[in-house]
Amino acid sequence: MNTHNKPSNFSRRNLLKTGGALVISVGLPVSLDTVLAVRTAYAQGAKPPLVPNELASYIAVNTDGSVTAYFGKMDMGQGLFVAIGQIVAEELDVPFKSVTVLMGDTANSVNQGGASGSTGIQLGGKQMRMAAAEARRVLVEMAAEKLALPADQLTVTDGVVHAKSDTAKKISYADLIGGRYFNVQLDWNKQTGNTLYAPGKAQPKKPSEYKIVGQPIHREDIAPKVYAIEDFVTDIKVPGMVHGRMIRPPVAGSVPVKIDESSISQFKGAKVVWDKGFLGVVAEHEWDAIQAVEKLKVEWSAVTPPFPEQSTLFDHIRKAPVRKREVEKPVGNVEEAFKTAAKVVEAEYEWPFQSHASMGPACALVEIKPDGNVTCWTGSQKSHFVREGVALTLGIPLDKVRAIWVPGPGSYGRNDADDVAGDAAVLAKAVGKPVRLQYSREQGTAWDPKGPASIHKVRAAIDASGQVIAYEFVSKAFSRVDVNTNGSQPHDTLTGQSLGVALKSGDGFGVPAESYAFANKLTAWETIPPLLDRTSPLRTSHLRDPVGPQIHFASESFMDEVAATLNLDPIEFRLRHVKDPRDIAVIKAAAEKAGWQARPSPRKDQTGNKVSGRGMAYSQRNGTRVAIVAEVDIDRRTGKIWARKFTVAHDCGLVINPDGLTKTVEGNIVQGVSRTLWEEVKFDRNGVTSIDWATYPILDITETPESVDVVIINRPTVDASGGGEPSIRPLAAAIANAIFDATGVRIRRVPFSPDRVKAALS
Amino acid sequence: MRISKEDAVSQKFSLNVNGKAHTVDADPDMPLLYALRNDIGLNNPHFGCGLAQCGACTVHLDGQPIRSCVTPLSAVGTGKVVTLAGLGTPEKPHPVQVAYVEEQVPQCGYCINGWIMTAAAFLETKKKPSEDEIKQALEGLKCRCGTHLSILRAVKRAATMMG
Repeated sequence: MNTHNKPSNFSRRNLLKTGGALVISVGLPVSLDTVLAVRTAYAQGAKPPLVPNELASYIAVNTDGSVTAYFGKMDMGQGLFVAIGQIVAEELDVPFKSVTVLMGDTANSVNQGGASGSTGIQLGGKQMRMAAAEARRVLVEMAAEKLALPADQLTVTDGVVHAKSDTAKKISYADLIGGRYFNVQLDWNKQTGNTLYAPGKAQPKKPSEYKIVGQPIHREDIAPKVYAIEDFVTDIKVPGMVHGRMIRPPVAGSVPVKIDESSISQFKGAKVVWDKGFLGVVAEHEWDAIQAVEKLKVEWSAVTPPFPEQSTLFDHIRKAPVRKREVEKPVGNVEEAFKTAAKVVEAEYEWPFQSHASMGPACALVEIKPDGNVTCWTGSQKSHFVREGVALTLGIPLDKVRAIWVPGPGSYGRNDADDVAGDAAVLAKAVGKPVRLQYSREQGTAWDPKGPASIHKVRAAIDASGQVIAYEFVSKAFSRVDVNTNGSQPHDTLTGQSLGVALKSGDGFGVPAESYAFANKLTAWETIPPLLDRTSPLRTSHLRDPVGPQIHFASESFMDEVAATLNLDPIEFRLRHVKDPRDIAVIKAAAEKAGWQARPSPRKDQTGNKVSGRGMAYSQRNGTRVAIVAEVDIDRRTGKIWARKFTVAHDCGLVINPDGLTKTVEGNIVQGVSRTLWEEVKFDRNGVTSIDWATYPILDITETPESVDVVIINRPTVDASGGGEPSIRPLAAAIANAIFDATGVRIRRVPFSPDRVKAALS
Repeated sequence: MRISKEDAVSQKFSLNVNGKAHTVDADPDMPLLYALRNDIGLNNPHFGCGLAQCGACTVHLDGQPIRSCVTPLSAVGTGKVVTLAGLGTPEKPHPVQVAYVEEQVPQCGYCINGWIMTAAAFLETKKKPSEDEIKQALEGLKCRCGTHLSILRAVKRAATMMG
């Protein structure tokens, strides 16, 4: 039975719900706002403040009974909103199609961290589940009052609350609250971003009750894209808008010292915006702005070329001072154990800088209204942080800025989208007009934050009986957070850095995520200073599964090396040492699906130039486990590898949408093949020389794997963890292990480009 | 006529885009892409590289896929330009568009113009292509999100639909 702790408020609630605003204003000498201010009714006409502890910040029921979910994360192309819609529909007991998920507009969603760390479902979905469950609980309570029935005798079918025993006794969500707002407070943990959590009093459903969650529901945003009726951020236009372009120095670290603005006077509306290292142009027409960049005469300061020769990169890392060292969860005494080893296996692995190289260079549009209100249309995967960054960059209060996320030209972490928003804001303020700024292809590839280059030293001690008695894994690398993973702080954007904001380079890397149990085990990381302290085209930050591919390329290649040393089948070796039952399950699932034949690597039954091999690797990532079996073909004469077939066993707990998950994994694997076989940011002493698709090649369609078989292990009773990134993590090692299996040659540096493979095989 | 820069004079161009006539007053060297996006108001194709390396700007010129980011207005002439929006509509879709939806291809979707426009032109000339022939026809186009497998499934599906 619905009981109210404050009976004195009861009449007000009833009045508000039954009478509506007009009756209240006539019948009572108080305004609606005054009544609402009491905040005891579950529904109200005015929208509560957009804060994390208000249910209305996440869920609204419209007049027609449809539901709008406001989500403070966003989809980067994997269809996350479908899964969120499924979760919301499930908990509310409304049809899936009645739910619309709005993402990433700071005017109607709270900061749930944006797209970040594969937490869209893991954390974002968790919060939306709790909010939707609370909304259902409240609606049932409201219905109980209306129908004069105990809440526990009611149930909900397709958005209609009705008596369990008599479906004629009913009232719809639309009639209960449609068009008004929830006035329900949640128990917020006072955190924003990924860790925001604000449950209500409701218990969500048990997985055994799920009808919508778990279904392979298709995306509905694809048709608008293929019929060209949906806007990307690049397509947004506002009246009076001008076009901006930025100019970066020919030698990284150099700044303009003299500008001849008359050199672009032939372009209509052309203006130069120059402040310290910040240099941009605007023009009325986009083509003019592009040409003005070429024509503008700029004298640059003389600086010492900041970078080492690329050929010395890994030596540079080896010799660089360690800025921070962190040892994570050491077991036993590795040093002592190595002293007793009968045999030591040692190897060192190298991973280059990599670029997001998003499909299009980043774009943003910033409009500053005469009243000082700022709107930024952004493709950044973290629009709430963009809002903060724009406010700080312009020196205005946060509530003056609205950031609206619109799908951008691809995003895999902290790419150039956060920089372009800040740059557009500065240009818009300087010229007093809305500015649409899109970077050039060169800037998109050469000047985005890079995935950090790294080296990994690994060794294992083996006793006389062939047992691994000690294991040590140490990464030394550029930081994953030289610039932070969002654009909320000007010191982390090219905008702020070019304007001279004081620097704050962070330190972070990581250790292998696995469950190998060795009596003595030490895993650690060390970070080194950036090559150039500000406005660097080689500044490092998050690129899909930040530092995961690097670390696990090394750790899972090494496990294969140890297995080969012991003349053991690579899977048999892993299963001897891996302890986590879910880890064991994914390894076995991948092996079984791939038809793995147990034998040590390398194969010894092949001759000729065309050889094939198979390899496996596995890893964890924040709750998710992935095991991959890779099968590759190699042409010894050309060094060309065809990563032909992948079998991926994937356990991320409860699966919300198996179709979305499978396609997410498929794309992740193909992108991982690209990063493994082709991708390496090239640079010289002056700057980055990977400036386009010719100088930063990615996997071509002609190199597509024949198949990617995804084996989903659904664990409905285990909280959902991430699916966007984990499967890229062990991929490079699986390929490297397959190359070893085929050739007996161990390649320890990514990418496995034809020239490198050919050299290694000769 | 206005002087738009020292070495070029803007001209009037009559363009036939998706079956409609448009007049654009611009620098003859300006790539068709900017006329389509900014003067004619077609929010596709997209700028991906400006170098004819990725395909995001692909349109048809007299049925042939071209990279509008490097095609100067002066080279378009009286040719018939068709963009993704002109290839088909939800009411009257092109088979490749239907297949793209059925196969649920996108990740970010920014590359779509290149694949669909190139595949549509290819499938007009080649019936029942093999997988290798499809791959060769699409060589060089870029998809950064790694939807390669879905793209190939969609083009194969469309090939079947187009008999």
